[in-house]
Order: sequence, then structure tokens, then C-alpha cells
Amino acid sequence: MIEMKDVYMTYPNGVVALNGINVKIKQGEFVYIVGPSGAGKSTFTKMLFREEIPTKGTVTVNHTDTTKLKWREVPHFRRNVGVVFQDFRLLPKLTVYENIAFALEVIEVAPKQIRERVLQVLDQVGLKNKARFIPDELSGGEQQRVTIARAIVNKPSLLIADEPTGNLDPETSWGIMKILEDINASGTTVLMATHSKEIVNTIKKRVIAIEDGVIVRDEHRGEYGYEI
Amino acid sequence: MKFRTLGRHIKEGAKNTWRNGWMTVASVGAVTTTLILVGVFLVLMLNLNHIADELEQDVQIKALVSLTTEEEDISTIEENIENIRGIDEIEFLTKEEELANLVESFGEQGQAWELYEQDNPLNDVFVISATDPQDTERIAQEIEGIDHIDRVNYGQEYVDTLFQFNNYARNVGLVLIVALVFTAIFLISNTIKITILARKKEIGIMKLVGATNSFIRLPFFVEGLLLGILGSLVPIGIILGGYYYLTQNLVVFQEFNFIKILPFFPFALQVAAIIIGIGATIGVWGSLMSVRKFLKV
Repeated sequence: MIEMKDVYMTYPNGVVALNGINVKIKQGEFVYIVGPSGAGKSTFTKMLFREEIPTKGTVTVNHTDTTKLKWREVPHFRRNVGVVFQDFRLLPKLTVYENIAFALEVIEVAPKQIRERVLQVLDQVGLKNKARFIPDELSGGEQQRVTIARAIVNKPSLLIADEPTGNLDPETSWGIMKILEDINASGTTVLMATHSKEIVNTIKKRVIAIEDGVIVRDEHRGEYGYEI
Repeated sequence: MKFRTLGRHIKEGAKNTWRNGWMTVASVGAVTTTLILVGVFLVLMLNLNHIADELEQDVQIKALVSLTTEEEDISTIEENIENIRGIDEIEFLTKEEELANLVESFGEQGQAWELYEQDNPLNDVFVISATDPQDTERIAQEIEGIDHIDRVNYGQEYVDTLFQFNNYARNVGLVLIVALVFTAIFLISNTIKITILARKKEIGIMKLVGATNSFIRLPFFVEGLLLGILGSLVPIGIILGGYYYLTQNLVVFQEFNFIKILPFFPFALQVAAIIIGIGATIGVWGSLMSVRKFLKV
């Protein structure tokens, strides 16, 4: 489902973020991306929803070569990839329901389907009773669940989470992990960049470690491997 | 884009226009100023052209026969004139007839001229009109070369002056209007920039979840279009009202009764359509500039 071949990425300011990445990830896998800050984890994930394209090499997601995507094809490509950020990125004036519905409205889904799907994902992330709340009235964990709901409401085949538990206390983090595991269990590929040793070492999954723009370790049921 | 979502774009665009408050007022004001000037110039230019055309149609050549000419030479002169290419009509008027015309044209005050009946200072004249008004100057010159013709008068000089004035005014107007159009475009693009920056987060999410580029851009075009159209309302009101007043009241001034301005309908409506068209273009152009610069989608 995901294949990177000899991927190099140098930003216009000269910073080398990726320095020859080769990796394959199969549909339905759950993968942790670990590594020190500035190692290239974020750039790695940005390649997968074509926020960035490599300066050299190819990135293939769902049989689509992102380096060959035309500008007007990018939106349709992104509909198949859900993204969750550490900082939530919710619209503060919209309710939980509206925030999730927004993602479907702007890709012009029929209103009836929107309602159906939003209620479904609200149930999935356990926020059905908070549909009318605005983000400020929710806890951090709940806000992150809203962003997860928004990311999966369009049923993407790939979910990318860039440090989804970075701003949350450990207890809340486990709740988020439970949801991500459920999503993965239904067949969605989940890619999670994280700094949480506890999570990686407890919920054993494939671990890809990136340092200085290269993959230094790729193990199934791996360990976090860094001291915090 | 689906038709269903068109309503959403219009609503979004209208909401942004309202939210931008004073920037909206400034943009609309700039468009309004520009379009009032455009409208006044359009009305002035088109009417001056129209009047000049009309006057040109009426241009006649008056060839003054010298006072010493014998009566039998008159027919020779007439033949010579007839031989000139492009002549439509020739009329011969004796100096007595000329005086009578003069007296008549001044109405009551003309009586003073009757004194000259005893010692008429006027010449016999040939009044000639050209088939094509453009030939007037050439014909006049040829007639001037004929024996016993003292002087040739024709109104072409006045028409030429009018055309020249018209050209000059048009150039000055164009420079002014172009400068104002660019000011208006700049202000509109700034207003829309503010909207774009205020909605950065929203736009980021839209991009992330795969909204198409046109979907993201459309509300901003709607906003630009709205600013342009709002800006054309007052100018259209002024032009329609003002021109209607002019067409109703110009005849009242006897001094102007030779001027026949273009009739209100359909002329004023055509001008209104041009104004709203220019307003819409300015608006869309302004938003296009902002969208290009600040909305990398």
C-alpha cells in the first residue's frame, strides 16, 4: 500500500530531512515511526499525504505515485488518507458535529449521507453525547477523538497520526490508542509518529526508527529503543 | 463543483463581505468612485461623438460669389461646381435671399438687419452639400479655385475641433479611469487577503480532507464579485437618474436646442450594463490576485 524508493528530501533552506528512505508497508498494518526530534519523522509522514514531495525518489500510496500527481488530482488523492495532528486543528466556532460534518461538506457529500456518517463516527470514538459541544468545552483527549473522527469520517484506507498523544496525559493516551487500534482492526492502515516509549513498548507493533533522515531500524513487534 | 454547493459558496462569500466591515466599505467606495467617473465619461464621450456625427451630416459649404461678378458668369460658376466629384446638391441664393434668411433667423431682433435692404453688404452664395461629409474639405478647396469665388465657408473646422476635443478628453479620462481601476483592484485584493488570512485554519483543514481547489477558491470569487457589484449600484443610480433628468430638461434651455443627445432608452441602460460589467470584472480580478498570491492550493 505504501512504498518509498530512494526517497531524498532537502528543504529549500538546505535542511536535509530524508536521506535515502526505502520502505514498504502493507494494507492493514499498524506502524510506529520513532526517532529523535528533527530526525525526519514529520517529513516522512508529510510524504504520505503529499504535503511534501521528495526531491529525489518515488512515494507510492494506494498505487498512486505522489510525485506524478497533478495539482488538481491532489484533493482526490487526499480523500483516501486521514490525518491527525498533535495540535488537533479543530474549528473553534463549530460544534463537534459540525467539525466532523465540515470534512464531508467540503468534498460535496450529499447532506443525508453526511448525517449518517457523522453519527456513525461519533459513536465509534465515543462522543455521541458531546455532539453539540464546541471544542473549548471538551478535554484534550476528547478533542483528539474529534480530530480522529474527522480523519476517518470519509473512510480512508490510510490513517496518519503525527504524535496524536503528544499533548495528552498517559491515561487519556490509552483511550486514543484503543480507538486507533479499533480503526486498524477494521482494515485501515495506521501510521503513527510518536515519542511515547510506554505506548510503543506496551502495544507491540511494527516499529520504524528514523535518525538523520534514514531508517536505522525496522522491526515487527519492536521496542521504542530510546531513553527519554 | 456540484450545483448544490453553489448556495454554500454564495453564503460564504456574502458572510466574508459582511465580516470585513470597513475594508469592504473602502473597497466598495473605490469601485463606486471609479465607476461614477467611468459612467460620466461614457455618457459624455458617446454623446459628444453622437453630436459631432450629427453636425457633420449637416455640414454645408457656402461659396461666396465676389461682388463684381456679372450675372452671366453665375451659370458658368454653377457648371464648374457641378463638375466637382462628390457633390450632392447645389443651391444658388442671391444676396437679397441671403438677407431675408438672415432677418428671419434672428426673429424679432432681425428687424435691425432690414435696414441693410437699401445697401446690401452680402454676397450671392452657392450652398453646396457633399454626398459624403468626409469629402467636404476637398470639395471646399476645389471650389475656392474657381473664378469669381471670393471665399468658401464650411463648418468642418468646428466639427474637427469637436472631434479633437473629444479625443483629448477621452485620453485624459482613460488615464484617470485606468488609475482608479487599479486602485479599486488593489483594495479589493487586500480585502480578500484579510479574509483568506482569517480563514487560514479552515482552508488548511479543507485542503487536508481533500476539498477541490475550485471549492476552496469559489467563496473568494463570490466575495470579489459582490464587492464589484455593490460598488456599481450607486454609479448606476446616478447615471440613470442624471441622464433621465438631462433628457427631460435639456430641451428647456433654448440655447441648447441644437444638441440632440442620445435618447434615454436604450442608451442609459447600455451604459448601466457596461458599468456593472466593469464592476464585476474589477471585483473578480481583485480576488483572483489575492487568491493567486495567498491561497496556494
